[in-house]
Amino acid sequence: MRGIVAYGGYVPRLRLQRKSMVEANSWFNPGLKTKAKGERAMCNWDEDSLTMAVEAGRDCLAGDRPDNVGAVYLASTSLPFDDRQNAGVLATALNFGENMMTMDVTSSQRAGTSGLINALNAVAGQDGPALYVAAEKRRTKAAGPHELLYGDGAAALMLGTENVIAEFLGAHQTAVDFIDHYRGQNEDFDYSWEERWIRDEGYFKIVPRTLEGLFAKVDVKPEDVDHLVMPTVMGAVPKRIAKMAGIREDAVRDNLHANMGESGTAHSLVMLVDALQDAEPGQTVLLIGWGQGCDALLFRTTDALKALSSRRGIKGSLARRREETNYNKYLAFNNLVTQDMGLRSEVDKQTALSALYRKKEMLTGFVGGKCRKCGTVQFPKSNVCVNPNCGEFHSQDDHPFAEIPAKVQSWTADNLTFTPDPPQHFGMVVFEEGGRLMADLTDVDVGGVEVGMPMRMVFRVKEHDDQRGFTKYFWKAAPDQAGA
Amino acid sequence: MANGIKDKVAILGMGCSKFGERWDSEADDLMVEAVEECLTDAGIERNQIDAAWFSTAIEEVHVGKSGVPLSVALRLPYIPVTRVENYCASGTEAFRGAVYAVASGAADIALAVGVEKLKDTGYGGLPQRNRGVLQSMYWANASAPGSFAQLATAYSTKHGVDAADLKRAMAQISVKSHDNGAKNPKAHLRKPIDIDTVLNAPMIAEPLGLFDCCGVSDGSAAAIVTTPEIARSLGKKDLVSVKALQLAVSNGTEASHNSWDGSYFMTTRKASERAYKEAGIDKPREQISMFECHDCFSVTELVTMEDLYLSKEGEAWKDVLDGFYNADGQIPCQIDGGLKCFGHPIGASGLRMLYEMYLQILGRAGERQLDNPVHGMTHNLGGFPHQNVSSVSIVGRYDG
Repeated sequence: MRGIVAYGGYVPRLRLQRKSMVEANSWFNPGLKTKAKGERAMCNWDEDSLTMAVEAGRDCLAGDRPDNVGAVYLASTSLPFDDRQNAGVLATALNFGENMMTMDVTSSQRAGTSGLINALNAVAGQDGPALYVAAEKRRTKAAGPHELLYGDGAAALMLGTENVIAEFLGAHQTAVDFIDHYRGQNEDFDYSWEERWIRDEGYFKIVPRTLEGLFAKVDVKPEDVDHLVMPTVMGAVPKRIAKMAGIREDAVRDNLHANMGESGTAHSLVMLVDALQDAEPGQTVLLIGWGQGCDALLFRTTDALKALSSRRGIKGSLARRREETNYNKYLAFNNLVTQDMGLRSEVDKQTALSALYRKKEMLTGFVGGKCRKCGTVQFPKSNVCVNPNCGEFHSQDDHPFAEIPAKVQSWTADNLTFTPDPPQHFGMVVFEEGGRLMADLTDVDVGGVEVGMPMRMVFRVKEHDDQRGFTKYFWKAAPDQAGA
Repeated sequence: MANGIKDKVAILGMGCSKFGERWDSEADDLMVEAVEECLTDAGIERNQIDAAWFSTAIEEVHVGKSGVPLSVALRLPYIPVTRVENYCASGTEAFRGAVYAVASGAADIALAVGVEKLKDTGYGGLPQRNRGVLQSMYWANASAPGSFAQLATAYSTKHGVDAADLKRAMAQISVKSHDNGAKNPKAHLRKPIDIDTVLNAPMIAEPLGLFDCCGVSDGSAAAIVTTPEIARSLGKKDLVSVKALQLAVSNGTEASHNSWDGSYFMTTRKASERAYKEAGIDKPREQISMFECHDCFSVTELVTMEDLYLSKEGEAWKDVLDGFYNADGQIPCQIDGGLKCFGHPIGASGLRMLYEMYLQILGRAGERQLDNPVHGMTHNLGGFPHQNVSSVSIVGRYDG
């Protein structure tokens, strides 16, 4: 049996209120007024597709981390690097070591599901399970409809052949160069065609014939589908597709428009994880991916579903939320407005790639050291043990810090140093097993930090080197909220 | 312990430029201003100097590296000039180099000059700069006030001091320094302030407001040192000699080991313990007449009073509110205005502190003159509370 072994999810904590977006822009586009309900997930300034992928991946590994992961895939059309394998950064951040296959899957909203089919087909013949992650943070032009419809998010699946929670029953794919939208090379934004054409000539023709192809291959009837996972910003389309295909209307899954928005190539997987969090053993899940053709994948959940350890998933991520009503902040975080950053922002941010390589386990993987002689856990790992009563040379083994619970020992909110989201909170973060770090704090609110506050380390953007197009990542401390 | 530096070296002369936003001056102008006063005070010519130590900290925004800027500014006659940098203790390091050269016998007369020209960045506060190849990839995005502000949260947590009481004590520290600085013609900030102004000032890094932070200034200070014997032979009667010069540098314990609680300076405690021993002082609260501590931020001064063993641990805030450190208190602190008001041109600050102690001991401090001081102490703290360099120096009347 091959299929899904575990799942994880991540949705950024900030939820931009559509009402605020519409209030800012309806003077220009009165048509937006009908779209002011609900909220969309919005990355903090230090989040992107890669950082969300790391969080979703960690969630997927929660409680039961396999020691033999053989492949890491990352699907997205909004990756921080066009040429530097993003999945490789993800694998390094998750400390998988180098003996594995890593691959980015991109260039289409369908990449998330197409890559998944390939990964599922490959996993039976490969050593160890595969971690498959999809993440998306699409930029949209201001004052248009898409910024209201889209949301940022990520989902992760562990694929394997043992302890399968959702068996892969089969898939069918159609490749149709139907251009509902496209994004040309070096372009920041999508260019889209008319919605009614997309609906009538695209969805209503291409999806049904893809489903016909699927049901011809598998021993499942359309009416047996319990969960139809079909992401689309056109909310009424999935019900009509269900009807056309003979799928029960009550199987159609919520597209999470109200509280998250559509997360592009990640959204099929985001909705799938949401469905798996609701599903009972023995249920059939139909997953659809859309984009220059259509993917349809069929899964059946197993009894192992209920034995999966507790995790955040999409539901837990959606529960971890803070309302954001400042549309200007969204514009600034997404580089949609030219801000006066001040002279203090003008420091040269070049990264020495040779140093980053030497210290990749420390910087990307957040690996410190543990002294073999005295047991002291310390960050960074160093040549000489930091314990004043030890001081042994060359005595430290690698010790991963990312999952160690931590607390704030001292902190401040700094209005002087440059940060895209002032004030800069940072403080001495002390780890439960020993070790400490003067760390940037993130996802905190002014007035919300206290000495002794429990923290969880997260992989985030340290800074952007706009001069050279490089993004520098490191780990920060975020409040360890219940369910987070 | 080695027998130490006590009374082996005397100060022959000192000088200090006017500190402030010296829009009119280059670094060499400031150096010459300090050194001319210093040479006049010492009563010697440039060509009598055997060797020089030169301190700057953030040289990338003004003079650049090496000993050359000093040698060129003064047209020194091809003598050894060593540039030193050790964060905010740089000025004291220049002094230490010169003093050790004389004590060793390698030089008869040595010069120490510190300078910093910070006001060419286009904005207030210290220059933003790259922290180094590896550090810039993982150090917190911290300003100096943000790093030091955390002393306050850790201190109030450890000692159970109400945040409002601590904030008031911190404010009183700044009020006291402004009172003192107003009487100093060379000080950068010369306006007395009231406590409500401090308490209501804009927040820089919680809980440090604008008036909890020292000024960023341009300036230079200089010292010429020699042996007491040579000083006497040059006609000097009242001498100020070096009693102790100590330095302690973090080894990463505070930053990486959980034995440090963030509420005090490990380095300052080590340095002051050694300095008192070197100077033969066993009751500092009674024997120290006055001191200049590194009040980069009000809270730094507050915890330093404890790390110098002048106040009991957890009680400095009470001494501050009781006026113990005021100009008319038992141990006047920052009698020249301190970093807070005299200003903080980093490479010059350690020498500036010594300049005030020297003037006070010789009775030349004018309106600020204290009554018969015997021992003056200076303290520098460079870096961050969790990783720093701390110097403690003691000078006093030479009775030999």
